This record gives sequence, C-alpha cells and structure tokens, in this order.
Amino acid sequence: MEYVIEMLNIRKEFPGIVANDNITLQLKKGEIHALLGENGAGKSTLMNVLFGLYQPENGEIRVKGESVKITNPNIANDLGIGMVHQHFMLVEPFTVTENIILGKETTSGGKIDIKKAEKKVHEISEKYGLAVDPHAKISDISVGMQQRVEILKTLYRGAEILIFDEPTAVLTPQEIHELIQIMKTLINEGKSIILITHKLKEIMEVCDRVTVIRKGVGIGTVNVSETNPNELASLMVGREVTFKTEKIPADPKQNVLNIQDLHVKDSRGLPAIKGLNLQIRAGEIVGIAGIDGNGQTELLEAITGLRKSESGSITINGKDIRNISPRKVTESGVGHIPQDRHKHGLVLDFPIGENMVLQTYYQKPFSNKGVLNFKEIYKKANSLIKEFDVRTPSEFTLARALSGGNQQKAIIGREVDRDPDLLIAAQPTRGLDVGAIEFIHKRLIEQRDHGKAVLLLSFELDEIMNVSDRIAVIYEGEIVAILDPKQTTEQELGLLMAGSQRKEAGEEANV
Amino acid sequence: MSNRFKNLIVPVLAVVLGMLVGTIIMLVTGYDAGAAFVALIEGAFGDIYYIGETIRQVTPYILAGLAVGFAFKTGLFNIGVEGQLIVGWLASVWVGVAFDLPKIIHLPLAVLAGAAAGALWAFIPGFLKARFRVHEVIVTIMLNYVALHLSNYLIRTVLSDKSDRTPNIHDTASLRSPFLEGLTDYSRLHWGIVIALICVFIMWFILQKTTLGYELKAVGFNQHASEYAGMNVRKNIILSMVISGAFAGLAGAMEGLGTFGYSPVRGGFTGVGFDGIAVALLGGSAPIGIVLAALLFGSLKVGALNMPLEAGVPNELVDIIIALIVFFVGASYMIRIFIERLSKKKGVK
Repeated sequence: MEYVIEMLNIRKEFPGIVANDNITLQLKKGEIHALLGENGAGKSTLMNVLFGLYQPENGEIRVKGESVKITNPNIANDLGIGMVHQHFMLVEPFTVTENIILGKETTSGGKIDIKKAEKKVHEISEKYGLAVDPHAKISDISVGMQQRVEILKTLYRGAEILIFDEPTAVLTPQEIHELIQIMKTLINEGKSIILITHKLKEIMEVCDRVTVIRKGVGIGTVNVSETNPNELASLMVGREVTFKTEKIPADPKQNVLNIQDLHVKDSRGLPAIKGLNLQIRAGEIVGIAGIDGNGQTELLEAITGLRKSESGSITINGKDIRNISPRKVTESGVGHIPQDRHKHGLVLDFPIGENMVLQTYYQKPFSNKGVLNFKEIYKKANSLIKEFDVRTPSEFTLARALSGGNQQKAIIGREVDRDPDLLIAAQPTRGLDVGAIEFIHKRLIEQRDHGKAVLLLSFELDEIMNVSDRIAVIYEGEIVAILDPKQTTEQELGLLMAGSQRKEAGEEANV
Repeated sequence: MSNRFKNLIVPVLAVVLGMLVGTIIMLVTGYDAGAAFVALIEGAFGDIYYIGETIRQVTPYILAGLAVGFAFKTGLFNIGVEGQLIVGWLASVWVGVAFDLPKIIHLPLAVLAGAAAGALWAFIPGFLKARFRVHEVIVTIMLNYVALHLSNYLIRTVLSDKSDRTPNIHDTASLRSPFLEGLTDYSRLHWGIVIALICVFIMWFILQKTTLGYELKAVGFNQHASEYAGMNVRKNIILSMVISGAFAGLAGAMEGLGTFGYSPVRGGFTGVGFDGIAVALLGGSAPIGIVLAALLFGSLKVGALNMPLEAGVPNELVDIIIALIVFFVGASYMIRIFIERLSKKKGVK
C-alpha cells in the first residue's frame, strides 16, 4: 500500500518539554485518517511540523515515498499539503474569491483578474459540492460557509492532502453532517485527509484509521472498523472512561425557576423568545435541546439579567427577577457557567485567583470597605483550585495561560461555590476532552443531588440525553416539547428540534 | 529571561537607542556630541539649583503620566490630558485670584479646584463613550482645542481686562516654598512634588488594593465578563476618565499655583499633557515606572536649556532625542523580539 505522507519517529522538543516523542503517522492515499489525543497531547505540534512551522529534532518526513525537508509552509503548499485551521484565517471585509486568491493572485498586466479567479473558484466549488458563492462577503456568510472557504483555499492551491484541525468544534449538528459529506466527496475525488479531533463519534462515523497520541507519545494506529469508542477513549486518556454518566434517579422537590409567557427580542430587535414557559425544580437537571439560533442565548441572557425582556415573568423561589441587574440576579441565587468562557466567563488578563472572586470581590471577607483582602481571595482561590482540580502553575498565573478545560473547571468551581439555587450551565463542555467532560458532568449531577435546580444548555445531543432528567426542546423561541430522556430517541429529538411535529409535540407538552 | 526583567530592560534600551541615534545626528550635523551630553547632565544635575529646577519640571510630568497611565490601565486612551491640564491650571488660578482666605483653606481649595476642573473635562468624553460609544480618542483630542481657546477667552474677558495673563494668585493659594527655594539656591522648586508623590501612591492604591480598581481593570480588560459579573460597565468607564482627568487637572494646578503663580494666554499647547503619554508609555503605566520616566523627561527638558549655552547645540535637538526615545518605546515590540532572539540563541548554546 502506498503512503502519501509518512511521518516517521518524529520528535519535537521545546525548552523544558518534549511535545512529540517518537510519533509515527502514515497516511494512505484516499483515506480519512484521524489524529486523536486530549487537549495538549501534541496533535497541533505534530501537524505544525508537517506544515513546516516547526522543525523536528528527530525523525523523517516522506511525501509519496520521497524524503523531504519541510522548512516553511510554502514548501508544504508546493508538496500539496493544505491546512484548514480551527480559527479561520480570513479577511472579513473581502469576498470569498478575494480571500481564496490572497497570496496567489491571478494577474494580467499588473491588474488582478478577478473574473478568471471567480470562475475557477466556482468550478472547484461545484466539483466538490461546496456550494460557495464566490461573490459573497466573508462577514455575510455563516461559520460553516467560512469553513468551506478555507477548504476551497487549500484546493485552489492544489492541495492533495488536507489537514482539518478540529473542524467540527465551531459547527452546528447540521453543518457537521454536511461537512462529513464534503469530506467523503473529497476522498472520492482522490484527496487524502488528516482529521485532528478528540470527538470519538466523528471518528467512528467517518474515519478509516486512527492514530492516537497521549502526552506527546505515539500510542499506535488502529483500524476504525476494528475498534470502538470505549477502546479509543481509554487509549487516549490512558484509563477507563465511562460514557454513560452514572446517576441515581432524580428526586425533584419544589419549583425553583418559573418562567411564564416570556417575550424577549434579539439584538436586531426581532422577537427571539415568544411566550416561553419553563419550570425547573430543585433536584433536577433540565436540558434545553435545540438548534443554535432558536432563542437559547436570548433566554439565558434574559434570566441572568444581561438582556431586557419585553414581558412575562421570571421568578426564582417565588422572587421576581425579571429585568433586574446581573448583580441582583446573582445575589438572588443564580449561578451561571456562560457559553463563551473567554468572552463572559473570565477576565483573561487577571490571575486565575482573582477570577475566582469575579462576582464576590465586593463582599466580605474578600474586601472590607472597598479595600481588597488578597489573603482571603487567594485562600479561597487555592481551595477551589484544589477542590476542582484546576491544573495551573500557581494561583497567580494569568487565566489566559490555562488550557480550556482548566479554565472551565475554574469557572465551574467559582459558580458552584457560591451555592446557587439555580445553576445555569451553557455548553459547559464545549471544546473539552473526554476526561474533562466526565469531570464536569459528575459535578453537575452532584449539584442536582445536593438539591439544586440545574439548567443545561447544550448542542451535543449525547450530553443532553446523558445528563438531563428532563429535556425541553426549544424551537423558534418556544418550548415545543418536554421529554423524558429515557423514553425518547435522538431521532425524535432531532425532528422536534427541526420544527416538525410541532403541533402534536406542543399539545403533548401542555398535558 | 523573566518577564519582569524584560519589562525593565525594554525602556532602558529604548532610552539608550534614542541617545545613540541622537548622538549620530549631532555628529552628522557637526556638533560635539560629548560636550552636548556633558552640558545636558550638568544642566540637569550639575548644581543644586538645577536639581531643584529638574524636580520642579518632574512634578507635572508625574501627574500627567499618572493621568495617561491610569486610563491605560483601565483600557482607555486619554489623549485629552493636555486639555484637562489647561482647565485645571485655569480653575486653580481662578480660585487663587478670586478668593481671599486663610492658607489652610485657600490652598487646598485651589488645588482641589484644579483636580475638579480636570475631572469635569474628562467626564465629557467618559460620558459620551459610556452612553453613546463615541471613541474617547476623538473627543479628547477635540476637547484639547476647546480647553485651549476657552481658557484664553476667559482669561482675556473674565479674569482680566484684555490682558495676556491673569493677575497673580494670592500668597495664601501659592505652593511656593521659601524653604525649598532656599534649599536649592533659589530655584522655583515648590511643594507640588509632594502632592505628585502622594498621587503616585493613590494611583497604586486604587488600582492594586481596592474593589474600585479591581472593577476598573476588569472593565478595561473585558467589558463582557465585567457585565456578566455584575459590574456597572458604564459607571466604571466614566469613573476611570474622571480619575484620570483629576490627575491631569492637578498637573495644571501645580504649574498654576507653584511654578507660575498665574495663567497666561497661550498661543499653543503646553506640551506637558502630550509628554505625559510618552511618560506613561516609557513607565509601562506602572506608578514607579511613571516616576522614573518623568524624572528622565524632566531632566532632559531642564538639562536641554544648558546645551545651547555650554555646547552650542540647539535645544531643538533635545526635542529630537525625546522624540527618538518615544519612537523606540513605541517600537518596543521590535526590541522585545530582538531580546528574545538573543536569549534563544544563548539557550541553544
């Protein structure tokens, strides 16, 4: 069997650490090859070596059997290697075509021949079923489309081998489905793909073989047809991982959160939440399932005081909290693990310790008469860091320097520690690896068992099904169904989320 | 290499590089660079009188640097320090002229009037930013001109009868000190330096030790997270500008009540407010850094006066050297990369 890419016994060191130790990855022509590992396992380092951004200390790279030295990304390009980055490298005010030709402009007499380029972009887009409009502005198209532009960019440059860096992290379930189709088309047209991921489901669904690395060390390569998610997870983490979250049946008590006939407008002034009703009781986890953009963000912002609502009522333990300030909501017993931990959850340029008192710094014992008591702040921070297993060099390290999983653990620790009656967890495991996901799910269930009401918002159906005690399906700003996760299927959920069966489901919910 | 060390070495290198290029310019234009630097140092520290003058010049620089630095630390760029300084100067002199009170009341009142005027002047861009998201840079630049011409108008019409300066302030509002003057061979050194140093402490204390500083910094770094955490973002933006403006107003008051004792009609800006930006940049917006940077700029400014006399070098050249230092501070990214390369190479060996 011919290999298009061989990375043999690659070793890459950084001062003080070995990022890649003796890793071998061999890519066959026409396969989708997964590169699996936890956050920080060394996946990106390995790919940066292949892409010419890093030089390995040891090992050999072969392209189509020939030994090559890739000293910069241009060489990688010339060898037909293209990378679809996780964070898109696009110029927002430019059109699709302008972005694609950037650096490889087709010129005639010193002028850019945009017509010719557009035609070529269109042709490639058709060939691989990408359905990208070459004239559209980047800022006007969806995240999924932007990713396709990145794919087009590599194809335009003649890539034969495509590296996808965590491509599904930013996509909705529908877009993920479409991306998988695109990948299959690419393979049929003779391309080869390396897929960097830590999502086992995707690997099982789309990949042929998978190479696992753990803490910088190559663990091995297995055929996907001969393995299962459990085996892959234990290979990746190095211990047994439970997928089915262990939990005792819920024992719900009195109502904590009560939302009646809520109406909220979105940032453009259009109705986003239209007469929504929802109750969450103490001692249960209610999962909100829905396709992104059906009012989830507006709902959470309305509850937490970040957005004004038009009408209706929101009460916590009978106390009206609608349209009061975020601080008053917090003080009313609401904890909030926000969707975007970098934007809302943390001040990245503050030490992690100071982030632990982001909502409580003005209270005793953390301050007295407006003067901060750093001894108490760092005492609290230290105990949370220990209790929630936040891996950080010290409590004085900037939050920015921590990995995503540890940042999230810090936020969860902070929110749980305030002992709120209602804990809102919005996409609490987004972008995290299985080890961290397991930890966070356990903590959410623990809160439930302590008699808290937990509101879980997630776009991962697995997570909703596994963790929730009840599932509320949101569609176009209304809860269209309340389901028991034990008696429903992903198919049923998917249909409800897409708005079909709306009427019947709505009636069912009213029963 | 530790970050702390890097933060220290970058401004020092910037100064050295500025001096170096300044030397080259002097050599190229045919001046004696050695004599020029000797004259510069003599002019700043060569005599107790010069030392007094240098400290006097450092005073408004510290306060202007604090004003810019405080805003920087809270995510705002206050280019309006110059304008806030001018209104602070005028307000303090006004109180100094208009009232006749015992010193124990009059002097603090005049000083506070300067701070209040600067704060009020900075409140305008703060409010506009918080309420309407107008960028503070644009508003503060424009308000500099308003401050300049408004104060000239007031001096000509209200505070004097078409004269080109206000009357002198009463002695009871003066920061002048026969004691300090006697100590420094009759320089114009006044009590302002004490106020400036107290303000250095105040800035450090607010930013590092108080819940107010915690909020201001949080809002400066990340408005979304601050709002999520229950902080009042608008209030904090305004407050940050107001405190910054108060420092700037004090800088003006030091000139009005200490150095000059009156307020002149101006043909142009004093420049102290703009130099404050350079001071804050060079000092890394840290209180101690600002004091050191102000010391450097103050001694350059005062020492420069000696250069034409002793070395025949025009003191415009000192302005060029200051500009070069600012340039190299602004280009600190370049220096940083250079240092990193250097330490990397050593690491490999």
